Amino acid sequence: MKRRRARPGSIRRRLTLQLLTGAAVMAVVLFLIVFSFARQIGAESQDRILAASAAAILDATTVQSGDLRVDIPYSAFTMLDNAVDDRVFYRITQDGEGLTGYDDLPAARRADGDSAGFDTVTYRGEALRLATLSRLVSIDGTPARIDVTVGQTRDAQAEMLARILRMTVLLGLGFFVASAGLAVLAGQSTAASLQRLAGSVSRRGPADLRPVVAEVPREMRSLVESLNSLIARLSGALNRTEEFIAEAAHRVRTPLATVRAHAENTLRRVDKEENRVALREMMRAIDESSRAAGQLLDHAMVSLRADQLELTPLALRPLVRDVVARLRPVADLKDMDLTFEATHEAEIMGDAILVQNAVRNILDNAIKYAPSETPISVVLTVQTSSATLTIRDLGRGFPLTGSDRLTRRFVRGENASDVVGSGLGLTIAEEVARAHHGSLSIANNEGGPGACVQLSFPLR
Amino acid sequence: MRFLLVEDNAKLAAAVLDRLALDGHVVDHAMDLAMAEDFACVTEYDLILLDIMLPDGDGRDFLNAQRARGADTPVIVLTARSEVSDRVGALDMGADDYIPKPFDFAELEARCRAVLRRRTGAATNVKRFGAVAFDALAGTLTNGDTVITLRNRELRLLEVFFAAPGQIIPKPKLVDRLFSYDEDVSENAIEVYVGRLRKHLEGSEVAIVTVRGLGYRLSVP
Repeated sequence: MKRRRARPGSIRRRLTLQLLTGAAVMAVVLFLIVFSFARQIGAESQDRILAASAAAILDATTVQSGDLRVDIPYSAFTMLDNAVDDRVFYRITQDGEGLTGYDDLPAARRADGDSAGFDTVTYRGEALRLATLSRLVSIDGTPARIDVTVGQTRDAQAEMLARILRMTVLLGLGFFVASAGLAVLAGQSTAASLQRLAGSVSRRGPADLRPVVAEVPREMRSLVESLNSLIARLSGALNRTEEFIAEAAHRVRTPLATVRAHAENTLRRVDKEENRVALREMMRAIDESSRAAGQLLDHAMVSLRADQLELTPLALRPLVRDVVARLRPVADLKDMDLTFEATHEAEIMGDAILVQNAVRNILDNAIKYAPSETPISVVLTVQTSSATLTIRDLGRGFPLTGSDRLTRRFVRGENASDVVGSGLGLTIAEEVARAHHGSLSIANNEGGPGACVQLSFPLR
Repeated sequence: MRFLLVEDNAKLAAAVLDRLALDGHVVDHAMDLAMAEDFACVTEYDLILLDIMLPDGDGRDFLNAQRARGADTPVIVLTARSEVSDRVGALDMGADDYIPKPFDFAELEARCRAVLRRRTGAATNVKRFGAVAFDALAGTLTNGDTVITLRNRELRLLEVFFAAPGQIIPKPKLVDRLFSYDEDVSENAIEVYVGRLRKHLEGSEVAIVTVRGLGYRLSVP
């Protein structure tokens, strides 16, 4: 059994088809009504003439000295004349006995009284319309019934009907064509208001979650209303997610900060070696969990922002200089020289917060993994269509195997287990690069120790 | 130095106060924005440590009001929120720096020093012993006529010694002060830095003396 499918298709086509079908049915009905009405009028007018002709003959029937005289007036037949030369037959009977005319012409079934009776018969192989009119006369005191039957072939009738048929067919066709034109117009104007709405929704930017205010017909208002309520729920959910991330960060980080600060203070006061070892282990664990929590929340925020990315013109040189300046105190703690070099300005289209975050994560790694008193260099170069940020350190570099997996979530290098990390730094950097149609490549310095991370963005 | 700490979490505030006091600073603690306003009105601070999420408002509003009033006390924002959302806001509002919670005190110290160095410039905190002068803020050691720019670890090590001249300081404590907790360093690593400091102090009356089995001691005239 075939299942009935929902009809997707096109509203315009469906509406046009429905209107066309309606127009076709209307055209046929119009045709039938006009045609049958015309036929009826044609038949009635022939009947009236036949009756008049019969009446004229009957009127000319006189009784003179006991004899019945019929003096058929010329007009009785001329009134039946027409262009087609229909043939006319007549018969006059007295009490059923033929007096004159065609003897085999049957009489129409009688109506009653003075009114004429009509009939359609086949006579000599032709359809014949008959009218019979009767009158009672008195012949020498004896009542006698005179029947006058006039018949006429129906060629003119048929021709007239054919003419009317042609005309009504033309009329029906014209009606259909006009309705079809209107149907197409109606379909288009309905589809146009839908397209206007679709256009006003699809033209907006990815982060534009304002309600739709397009002018739409009343019937589409409920659609716009549900669309707007969906948009409101979506933007509410996004806001809640952002608030949740911020709130979660706050809730997790504040107690961790408290524990860490206390542990650090305590460490300064205790002298016993085993207590010190325990405290150091504890602080390491705190760092590990706070870093993981921080990076997870950062990653969630980065993903959220990348999903509804709003690109603005961004000068890379001051942006990277800022990030480098901010991390310099951290690098200083390990007596590392953090340098930034950029010969040219590079303007890209991007989200400043995301790009900062990517650069910060890469630099964080370099500071963490490279040994004390080694330099870290950040170089910004500009190619024809892209800008590349190259970050080199003289640390342990990336492991030779599996370095392509390092951008996956929670994957850390095999040689990185002694340093606190979450395995999300490069994931975040890669996600940012991808959201900006750029790329992240990780490699080791050629012929020397250390890692070389390159972050590329297409130029504006 | 005189600090104002604006932080609503009492436990964290206690820990930070404790630490800053250990380092010899004077700290006032405000639990909310209203208290912070009161403190800032009556006292001249060297540095303000400002939390963002406070019970009676956003710390950045306080910052705004401070700057609008023309008060240019350096401010370091402490934030527990995701850096992805907070970073730009804090710096645009006129904060000198920010540090995400939880923070390493060494990093906080480093940031404070960097901010103060940038903002005040003048040597206000110089410690002298004879011909030797140590400016922790500028990061310089003057030995007679030579001025030496100290590297960060040398500076921090010297700070520990100059804070407690004559006292014996055990090696493990120096390790804690100099290296982060995820660095696996032996206590011998300290010797490298002590060696450098000794070189800087050569020819002066100040010396770092090894106390066998116990640690080091700064001997001053």
